[in-house]
Amino acid sequence: MIQRYTVPAVVLHWLIAGLIFVAFPLGVYMSDLPLSPTRLQLYSYHKWIGISVLLLAGLRVVWRLTHRPPALPGDLPRWQRAASHAVHGLLYLLLLAVPLTGWLMSSAKGFQTVWFGVLPLPDLVEKNRELGDALGSAHQWLNYLLLALVILHVAAALKHHFFERQPFLQRMGLGK
Amino acid sequence: MMLKSLTLLAALTLAPAAHAIEYRSVVPAQSRIGFEFTQMGVKIPGHFKRFTAQMAFDPAKPESAQATLEIDLASIDAGSPEADEESAGKLWFNRTAFPRARFVSSRVRALGNNRFELSGTLTLKGRSRPLTIPVRYVPGKDIAFFDGSFVLKRLDFGIGEGMWADVETVANEVTVKFRIAATGK
Ligand code: HEM
Repeated sequence: MIQRYTVPAVVLHWLIAGLIFVAFPLGVYMSDLPLSPTRLQLYSYHKWIGISVLLLAGLRVVWRLTHRPPALPGDLPRWQRAASHAVHGLLYLLLLAVPLTGWLMSSAKGFQTVWFGVLPLPDLVEKNRELGDALGSAHQWLNYLLLALVILHVAAALKHHFFERQPFLQRMGLGK
Repeated sequence: MMLKSLTLLAALTLAPAAHAIEYRSVVPAQSRIGFEFTQMGVKIPGHFKRFTAQMAFDPAKPESAQATLEIDLASIDAGSPEADEESAGKLWFNRTAFPRARFVSSRVRALGNNRFELSGTLTLKGRSRPLTIPVRYVPGKDIAFFDGSFVLKRLDFGIGEGMWADVETVANEVTVKFRIAATGK
């Protein structure tokens, strides 16, 4: 029988992946634009999508802590098992840390985040130029780390699936 | 008779002195001219650091009060360095051509309870518009405060033209909040 993640875990996985797939290039594109209404709009959309990721990632972590993931194939080498745990653990951390640094940076730079223009989030730090710049670099570098890990994560899943012919994509809900 | 008129003179000069203070000297360090604009539904506070003001306000004769205020637009803090820089441009204040904003009062109406309505003309970016501002007088021991807040429509003055005229991104309404501190001399 094929081992699969539970339906909520699968839905959260692909929702978060899809949102990050939009938020990331948007972040890179918008921050190079000259100041204009378009830039302000894109910043807002980026922040709204990012906060949605934070929310979904929070749910995902809670779900993960309360549910066992499907067992890995028994013949998977030990180092790959260890690597898989390490990368998944880091990915969960980054799914929280990336949007959190974005939110805190915005607060420190003096721009409150109002989710979808409706729900004002509290500013957890005071306005402070140096702190804002530091959080901005943190947001940027954590994003590059996230990108590297996502590439590794996708490459590993595809390798197991296509080269080792293990039903890895099915684990995350793809195919029968 | 002589004594009587002397006492009267003393009474006239001394007694009212306690009351008839006329506030004429603005204390910039304790005054503040702030504003709040809305960008993508998010409120952004800002203020002007430099301005000069002349005023004369006698609580006993408020209707004859006068005020002139001049704001150095280069002293803006619009929430971020990018916004400060942007505000100087042609589409916003066009600061090289119009470096200052100016308000000159024309009339004061007492509403009672230390509340007043100050009417005058605001000149910003070469456009002059009548303006009526509610002011609250907060008496103090040596210093008095004049507080108020009102909503300005930025497009009435051509602040934010061209692509910035879209009020969905930056709202037309800007709330101005001020506190002017003055001492009597
Ligand atoms: C999973 C969620 C997120 C991802 C993947 C993400 C990704 C990115 C990326 C790749 C950049 C460009 C970095 C650079 O090259 O300078 C960026 C910039 C930015 N992000 Fe995010 N972000 C996320 C969440 C958030 C959140 C929640 C906020 C705020 C509430 C936010 C606020 C910003 C801001 C303001 C910038 C521009 C910084 C600047 O002006 O230099 N981000 N983001």
